[in-house]
Amino acid sequence: MTTIAVNATAGIRVERWIQMYRRMLRIRRFEEQVNELYTRALMPGLAHLYVGEEAVAVGICEALRLDDYITSTHRGHGHCLAKGASPDRMFAELLGKEAGYCRGKGGSMHIADPATGNLGANAIVAGSVGIATGAAFSAKHSGNHRVTVCFFGEGALGQGVLYEVMNLAQLWKLPVIYVCENNLYTEYTHYSETTAGDIGARAAAFGLQAESVDGQDVRAVYVVAKRLVDRAREGDGPAFLLCNTYRYSGHHVGDINREYYRSKQEEQTWKNQRDPIQRLANFLIEQKVADSALLDSIDAEVRSEMEKAVEFAIAAPYPRVQEVEQNIYA
Amino acid sequence: MPDAGAREITFAQAVREALAEEMRRDSRVCILGEDVAEAGTPFKVLSGLVEEFGTGRVVDTPISEAGFTGVAVGAAMTGLRPVVDIMFGDFITLTMDQMVNQAAKVHYMSGGTWKVPMVMRTTLGATRRSAAQHSQSLHAWFSHVPGLKVALPSTPYDAKGLLKTAIRDENPVVFFEDKMMYKLKGSVPEEEYTIPFGVADVKRVGRDITLVGTSSMVQVALGAANLLQEAGISAEVIDPRTTWPLDEQTLIESAKKTSRVIVMDEGYGRYGVAAEIAAVIAEGAFYDLDAPVKRMGAMHVPIPFSPPLEDVTVPTEKSVFEAARALCNRS
Repeated sequence: MTTIAVNATAGIRVERWIQMYRRMLRIRRFEEQVNELYTRALMPGLAHLYVGEEAVAVGICEALRLDDYITSTHRGHGHCLAKGASPDRMFAELLGKEAGYCRGKGGSMHIADPATGNLGANAIVAGSVGIATGAAFSAKHSGNHRVTVCFFGEGALGQGVLYEVMNLAQLWKLPVIYVCENNLYTEYTHYSETTAGDIGARAAAFGLQAESVDGQDVRAVYVVAKRLVDRAREGDGPAFLLCNTYRYSGHHVGDINREYYRSKQEEQTWKNQRDPIQRLANFLIEQKVADSALLDSIDAEVRSEMEKAVEFAIAAPYPRVQEVEQNIYA
Repeated sequence: MPDAGAREITFAQAVREALAEEMRRDSRVCILGEDVAEAGTPFKVLSGLVEEFGTGRVVDTPISEAGFTGVAVGAAMTGLRPVVDIMFGDFITLTMDQMVNQAAKVHYMSGGTWKVPMVMRTTLGATRRSAAQHSQSLHAWFSHVPGLKVALPSTPYDAKGLLKTAIRDENPVVFFEDKMMYKLKGSVPEEEYTIPFGVADVKRVGRDITLVGTSSMVQVALGAANLLQEAGISAEVIDPRTTWPLDEQTLIESAKKTSRVIVMDEGYGRYGVAAEIAAVIAEGAFYDLDAPVKRMGAMHVPIPFSPPLEDVTVPTEKSVFEAARALCNRS
């Protein structure tokens, strides 16, 4: 398995880095609002925040077309936003409102959106790996050159179906990228306690193109994702990309006391030294393509967007009770 | 019902014809499964299809039931109409997450935006001397789950018409074929037809007792009805054909007419399809019943290998006959 490092702008237009900055910031501010909704008891149930992992979703979705597919996870808000979902309908879904992407029937863990190629977030760990591989099977069958990205956490490495579908994808040369987000913790357990051997070697054993990347460096993620996506689109088969990242928050919004499985010092080190948004900001300023005033104005716009989206969701009506028996069958 | 002058073909041929016709009609239909291509499955149900449609549409898979069923779910969501082949119904246990948590729920969870038009074909039935892991009838498991439809053909005619409907349905459909019935012959018309889901078929009209049978138990019920006729008892035989959607009205009306009912299903008797149908009838025809609704299903044991042991695990014409006679107070 090869590890990718990116030192320069790699020929990518400045506007693209600024767009990625904005997109990462949208995820961060979205999730901050989610936590706020939970804390204020305005959100039913729980949510799993993507804060800290923004560079993975943004760097990878930046390499996709609108009509490419993704599948997502219980920690899926970042994937949905990065693929183009609208925050107001996402918040509405989180609050169980009819204006939500799933008419309030799915909630935080099941946001799906055909318009942006989002086949759905999935609350079964590794639950979407078959669906993603099937979407790639369709693409190959119809010759439409769509690529599917299958996001999952390192916890999914424990599920056998992942290895079944990687075998199928390689046998059939399907255009699918398996993106493993290793945020170090499988719920409340360090991944080293659940994962034997080398992660990438598992995919490489099937013959998949297996790579790993610093998941806190959006530029590196984008460059490797673009290459793997282009390769899949051209018919060169599936790939496995291990993104090394970190979950700033708990397993879910209610996981506040975490000292029994990780230290505050560890959390602070990741936040202070490896934050993906701060790292891209530093790069943009060093390269003189942005100054702090520009970045501040982007942040102000994003905060305003999220506040309005939350207001929309809070004001939106719940579905009528009669909805309960609709959409069981198509 | 088929025309009197229709040709006779086997159950396996009927299944194969349904697949071939739908694959000719709709290029989105494809087959995924173990040994479905050149081998045509161990039961030879699919023989000849790969020659006509190629390996791109009749796709041999590794022995990965969860994996290729999951692939079918995703393929169905994105424009194909896959038919997956699960060789033995016992192996559906390996596909449960894909069917129950994914296929059955995608449409609802997504607020109706995604749909999963796929079919899972699989088998049921004991008495093939295949022991506990190749003999079960587990259709109750899928019948229990909202979002799935379950079809159980009992004749070649029904197999062809119901399978064509299943393939055209916009939802995940599980299609159970009795593996002991593949060589059964029956009338099937040459011309195109489909059979709607949720419409029971009265296989035999009678007045003294209703025998409700599914899949393999329909033939058992018909055989028992012949024995009952000799004993002066007129039995009506009803085949629901789909456990979901379920034609409750036809079942209840027959029960009201005859006032006595036995429900036969080759799944385990406890917590099974027979129990559900019996409850539907008891609720809908209570004041017209002259006896409690009786359930007959597989014994609550793992299916044993040894023939004399296996043979007593499922209802037979004789055991149904005796139960019916007792229910009619004629024993």
